[in-house]
Amino acid sequence: MSSLYSVLLNWNYIVVIMLMMAGLYIIISNQNFIKKLVGLSIFQSSVFIFYISLGKVSGGTAPILTGVSDTVYSNPLPHVLILTAIVVGVATNALGLALVVRIHEAFDSIEEKKLLALKIEDGHQENEQKDNKL
Amino acid sequence: MVEFWVNVFLISLLVVITFYIIRLKSLIAIVALSGAYSLTAAAIFVNMDAVDVAFTEAAVGSGISTILFLAALRYLPLEEAHHTRFSGWSLTLCIIVGLMLINAAFSLPDFGDPGAPAHLHVAPRYIEESYPLFHIPNVVTNVLASYRGFDTLGEVVVVFTAGIGVIILLTGSTLSMRFRKSENLPVQNKEASKKET
Repeated sequence: MSSLYSVLLNWNYIVVIMLMMAGLYIIISNQNFIKKLVGLSIFQSSVFIFYISLGKVSGGTAPILTGVSDTVYSNPLPHVLILTAIVVGVATNALGLALVVRIHEAFDSIEEKKLLALKIEDGHQENEQKDNKL
Repeated sequence: MVEFWVNVFLISLLVVITFYIIRLKSLIAIVALSGAYSLTAAAIFVNMDAVDVAFTEAAVGSGISTILFLAALRYLPLEEAHHTRFSGWSLTLCIIVGLMLINAAFSLPDFGDPGAPAHLHVAPRYIEESYPLFHIPNVVTNVLASYRGFDTLGEVVVVFTAGIGVIILLTGSTLSMRFRKSENLPVQNKEASKKET
């Protein structure tokens, strides 16, 4: 019973780890670049939730001073760090999406396996050209 | 107590959303679900007293990010080309790493424990000293702009660099081609642009 209680108490940490691993799985196993980016953002937000969970004080309130003495406030420091991280995360996403759009223009595909196949074909052609010259 | 159960419910909802993101093939549906994911995360942040983070996540994570994805999808195919095969080794890797992390998570201080080391060092100083120094009741704003202004400067530099990167990538030689594609006109210089790249 006590182990069940401790699992429920730390449910946030467990779910954060599950989400993180789900994001990692999407990044590794999916071929589509857009889906990989979504996986990356899932991984990111799981870290955000982890930080905010660490900053939570039970019975506390949002860290905006009320003037009433003996009020318990949650830890404001993780909030500040994550505020910065969210904006940086969107900037990274935008850069990734721009890269994907350019890749699609250049190669007409955003699937990893097709692009790798194209690269191998190009390599063969170049080798053949070299052989012909020789 | 209600707060605790709301938290358990919302955070379990994230797992369901992530499961469907893994399963679905339509990219529009995936992007919409990732917007829903961010909004649920924002609700979780409100529940865990992080109101500033919550409205940043709702505006930036769920709003701007989704709009950026949809704008990019305008130039991209809307379906995954082929169904991703179930890959055993990556799933095994994720499960092993996940179990190790969960094992480590049990030695963290309990969720909401007021005596956790993180709450004892600088946080009390921020809460007690920031109002007499700067006269702003919101401690998060205080720390962000006053104590840790250089962090925010660094953030601005990162966003600026990313903006320059996006502009350089998207205003290349193929800009005209992209406009033609979006208007469904025949692409004439496809071969030429391929040679360029």
